[in-house]
Amino acid sequence: MESIRQLLASIPNYSALPEILRDFIPMLVSCVIVLLYVAVLGMFLVWLERKVSAHMQDRLGPMYVGGWHGWAQSLADGIKLLLKEDMIPSSADPLLFKLAPMMVFVGAFAAFVVLPFGLSSIVADLNVGVLYLLAVASLSVVGIIMGGWASNNKYALYGGMRSAAQIISYEIPASLALMTVVVQVGSLSMQDIVLAQQGGIHKWFLFRNPFTFVAFFIYFVCSLAEVNRTPFDIPEAESELVAGYHTEYSGMRFAFFMLAEYANMFVVAGIAATMFLGGWTQVLPAALAPQLIPGPILFSLKALFLVFVQMWLRWSLPRLRVDQLMYLCWKVMLPVSMVLILGVGFLAVYWK
Amino acid sequence: MSTYFKDIFSAVLTTLIAMRITFRHLFTPAVTVQYPTVKWNLPDRARARLFNKIEDCIGCGQCARVCPTDCIDIETEKRAKDEPEIFASDGTPIKLRTYVFDIDMTKCCYCALCTFPCPTYCLVMTKEYEYSVYDKKDHVYHFAVDKPLYAKPAKEHAPKA
Repeated sequence: MESIRQLLASIPNYSALPEILRDFIPMLVSCVIVLLYVAVLGMFLVWLERKVSAHMQDRLGPMYVGGWHGWAQSLADGIKLLLKEDMIPSSADPLLFKLAPMMVFVGAFAAFVVLPFGLSSIVADLNVGVLYLLAVASLSVVGIIMGGWASNNKYALYGGMRSAAQIISYEIPASLALMTVVVQVGSLSMQDIVLAQQGGIHKWFLFRNPFTFVAFFIYFVCSLAEVNRTPFDIPEAESELVAGYHTEYSGMRFAFFMLAEYANMFVVAGIAATMFLGGWTQVLPAALAPQLIPGPILFSLKALFLVFVQMWLRWSLPRLRVDQLMYLCWKVMLPVSMVLILGVGFLAVYWK
Repeated sequence: MSTYFKDIFSAVLTTLIAMRITFRHLFTPAVTVQYPTVKWNLPDRARARLFNKIEDCIGCGQCARVCPTDCIDIETEKRAKDEPEIFASDGTPIKLRTYVFDIDMTKCCYCALCTFPCPTYCLVMTKEYEYSVYDKKDHVYHFAVDKPLYAKPAKEHAPKA
């Protein structure tokens, strides 16, 4: 946002504006940029998901719309969903029903505020960035359970309940896994965490020490559960619950759930890329290769690779049962991440 | 305790194996084809829409009798003695004038039983399988070209409403 503020300041007579506007306009501009990024990214990820799933099943996926490999498929779908009738079931709670998709989307959207796309391309480098991310990420649970309750549908309610149970459980090992990095960096600011990994692949926390190496995988698996992806997609298990919490949703409200889901996928992948894969820093050290790729692109590529792995896992693994899900969280992920925290703590104290 | 760690190990291992399999499939060529532009080559004896070469049809009605769904409708009359003799392409004399030969493809079950008894091999199943229509009546194919000279059509052949 600093760079946007400076850019706006270069406009003549900008300083003549009242101060409240000068505060407000950069926020608005960065909001619009992030919103555009989320919308384009959401559509791209929907297309990518369809292509990846198709090719993993020896199919082709969308091929017609737009010419090259159906690139405009999600655009066409989006327009279709926009034009659809806005339906609210007669026995639903109208206010909560309308509020739920917004809530979920706000949760996904707000997380983009602290994602560091580059040294200056970050909306706000909060000094409690990681804490903020974890807080905002759990906002989507409220929206999901709200939608499940407001639909007045047993499948939607089941989906919402399962989702709440799952996301709240998996947040604990995920946060603990992120803490291993925070302990090493000594800061909760996303930018500080990225800067601590500057200087090439060997500086990434993924390869820094064995504890953070395991922590990355723990975080990744937990993040799958947090965004309701297979193998942890019991909240929207289509063979059991129709579509889970968004069973009753159609048209644009459904599109918002969809967009939020894919934005959330990118957010959790972005967090993983920031914390463990060096964020926007270059892959190879400066001594070995020229540092050509701009930070935002590099960050997006790293995050997109993790999103691809999420899709890859989706078509590799079957869905877990509810009890297996809870077993994995409380009896495997949690103890292991506790051990990791201990180990990293020892390293931080004695390895200096 | 040892089963606990063994379970974790096998979970990681089997996940990796599954990912290897799906990754391999990511690069295998697709088995599907882009249907309206690319089509499968049908097997030689594929059975789809029926076709009757009416010039060879002797009106024997064996196809109609064998049809399990009664989708073939034949009406014939005797040709008069003074009419010129005509023959099917394999030399069978045509003694009957077929003035109704309707096949209702909505009833057809594609068993091809009707093609076997045909003495002049004029009733065949073609490979034509794209013949969707907007009206169900258009699925009744009228093959007869002759008009009856003596008999009056016994019944109305339009499908009942």
